[in-house]
Amino acid sequence: MADVTIRTSADATPPADVDMTVDLAGFEAIDPVFTASGCAAAGRELAAFNDLRAIGGVVTKSIQLAPRSGRPTPRMAETPSGMLNSIGLQGPGIDSFLDNDLPWLADNGVCAVVSIAGSSVDDYAKLTTRLRGQPVSAIEVNISCPNVEDRGQVFACDANASAAVISAVRRNTPTGVPVFAKLSPDVTDIVEIARSCVDAGAHGLSLINTTLGISIDTTTLRPILAGVTGGLSGPAIRPMALRCVWQVHAALPDVPLMGIGGIRTGADALEFIAAGASGVQVGTVIFNDPTAPQRISRELRVALAERGIDRLRDAIGIAHRPPQIAVPEDADPPGDELADPPPLPRTVHFEEASS
Amino acid sequence: MPPVQVKGEVLSLKPVGDYYAMTVVASGIAEQTRPGQFVAVAVSGDNGAMLLRRAFSIHQVADRGVYGGTVEFVFAVHGKGTAWLASRRPHDPIDVVGPLGKPFKLPAQPANCVLVGGGYGAAPLFMLSEALRRRGCRVDFVLGAANADRLFGALDAKRMAASVAFTTDDGSYGEQGVVSDVLPEVIERTRADVVYACGPMAMLAAVHQVAADSYNGQGIPTQLAVEESMACGVGVCMTCVLPVIGDDGETRMSRSCIDGPVFAGDRIRWDALGTVPSDALGAAAMVAH
Repeated sequence: MADVTIRTSADATPPADVDMTVDLAGFEAIDPVFTASGCAAAGRELAAFNDLRAIGGVVTKSIQLAPRSGRPTPRMAETPSGMLNSIGLQGPGIDSFLDNDLPWLADNGVCAVVSIAGSSVDDYAKLTTRLRGQPVSAIEVNISCPNVEDRGQVFACDANASAAVISAVRRNTPTGVPVFAKLSPDVTDIVEIARSCVDAGAHGLSLINTTLGISIDTTTLRPILAGVTGGLSGPAIRPMALRCVWQVHAALPDVPLMGIGGIRTGADALEFIAAGASGVQVGTVIFNDPTAPQRISRELRVALAERGIDRLRDAIGIAHRPPQIAVPEDADPPGDELADPPPLPRTVHFEEASS
Repeated sequence: MPPVQVKGEVLSLKPVGDYYAMTVVASGIAEQTRPGQFVAVAVSGDNGAMLLRRAFSIHQVADRGVYGGTVEFVFAVHGKGTAWLASRRPHDPIDVVGPLGKPFKLPAQPANCVLVGGGYGAAPLFMLSEALRRRGCRVDFVLGAANADRLFGALDAKRMAASVAFTTDDGSYGEQGVVSDVLPEVIERTRADVVYACGPMAMLAAVHQVAADSYNGQGIPTQLAVEESMACGVGVCMTCVLPVIGDDGETRMSRSCIDGPVFAGDRIRWDALGTVPSDALGAAAMVAH
């Protein structure tokens, strides 16, 4: 990793030549910004608002073996700087996804990171097998699902269950396709789960999924969501997400991370990069601003350029390094330094200031 | 033409009874709007704490003039987001995405049309009325609300339509009652061929039932614009779903933003609103979770 001298924003350079490419465990993305799973469907609806070829790619809504209707409404509640959702992974199932959605992404030159979700270890293995020979840039394993074989215990909340899913996926992964495990923040020690997923073969980690919350209607005095609890997302969870990225990067500095959680601007994305993420995913902000994926990519490029960083890769994890003093580019302006400092102060004579 | 996001400007905000009508300079939206489509409006500013867009049917558009295209929508102050909207002033910036959703379908041949609006749900019916009349259709209105202040567009309806029937819950204007009380008489008197409606779901259900029972049970088709709450308005969040029967006869949890907001009344699963019917596509898979 090259040493970077951070310059002050007064030294801003045009952003045209910032190298935004990033290596996500062998997947060479042209840009670090992705759409987050569940916030972009399978990409098509956002094409009216973004050039999806110009960002890293689309992380699809989690695909399951069978079609799923999702839960009853209300499925959503707005909360301060965030929202709760309880969609229930509504989706068309893998057959329809492979027939309709994935070909659309491929035909339009959009990199597809396919998110998969299941109710048993075997579901994940079968889904991975179905992705063989398909135009897939990476697989993201959504392990924040209840395991029907273990009384509905969520895989992501248990290191062994997480590892079992990742091992099953890795045994069936097409060659050259990196596997990212998407972790839940609702655990005591996220580093333990991260380590267990990496030991089981995950090439990278996506941090974080939503955190559970509840909102109550103060008129009816009942929970707003039909599903009672929902996943909290949006800027409200950004510091928590950033903390997870920080801790996992500190423990596993060689594992590529995707930072996710409340990113709204390029500066927010830069926080995640500095904390150790190689890529970032933007989710809830898309509901606020459908042009957000491309906008945030643009803003991140400018933010890097303003700091004199011409390769995104050089900024990954930079916040973990010792503080660097901002040094002006031309560090030796004439008169600032005295070649021969006098031993004693010179005598200064004063006079009346003339008008 | 796909929908566009416009960083527009408030041109005017007028109180209309208990509601507000906001006109926004939003070039690119007005030109392609068809009756029944909606806009999704960001509230609380670029760094505000309310992230979800508010969806409003488009009331009127002007696609040219000194300001370029303008779009007008009508809202009631229900919560913090709409209160923020009501505090905007002319020239304030406003971020609007549109036009969104499927518009009302129009009869291919001249037909007798009854347009039914509940409260400010009546907003999209005036553009619709103009489009229908251009096609040589007869238009009659039924407008209902809780009280006189919540009737929207009474004067416009009188100006545009062959007849207008009003109902209010408290009898402060028109007949005391609800729109479905007077609708049978209007359908019969105007020899209606189709009913269009926009308003709360319970009203739409009642309107659809009246239309289905008309002509001694032969029934006439309905085109209904639903008011499901949405988060994104553009089809990615999956929160605004309702059970709808597809062309293949299968019930799906359909997005009202993309597949609607206008649905043919006979496609909505009235028996299962607010639930996921057990025969819906993918309902069986939910048992596991």
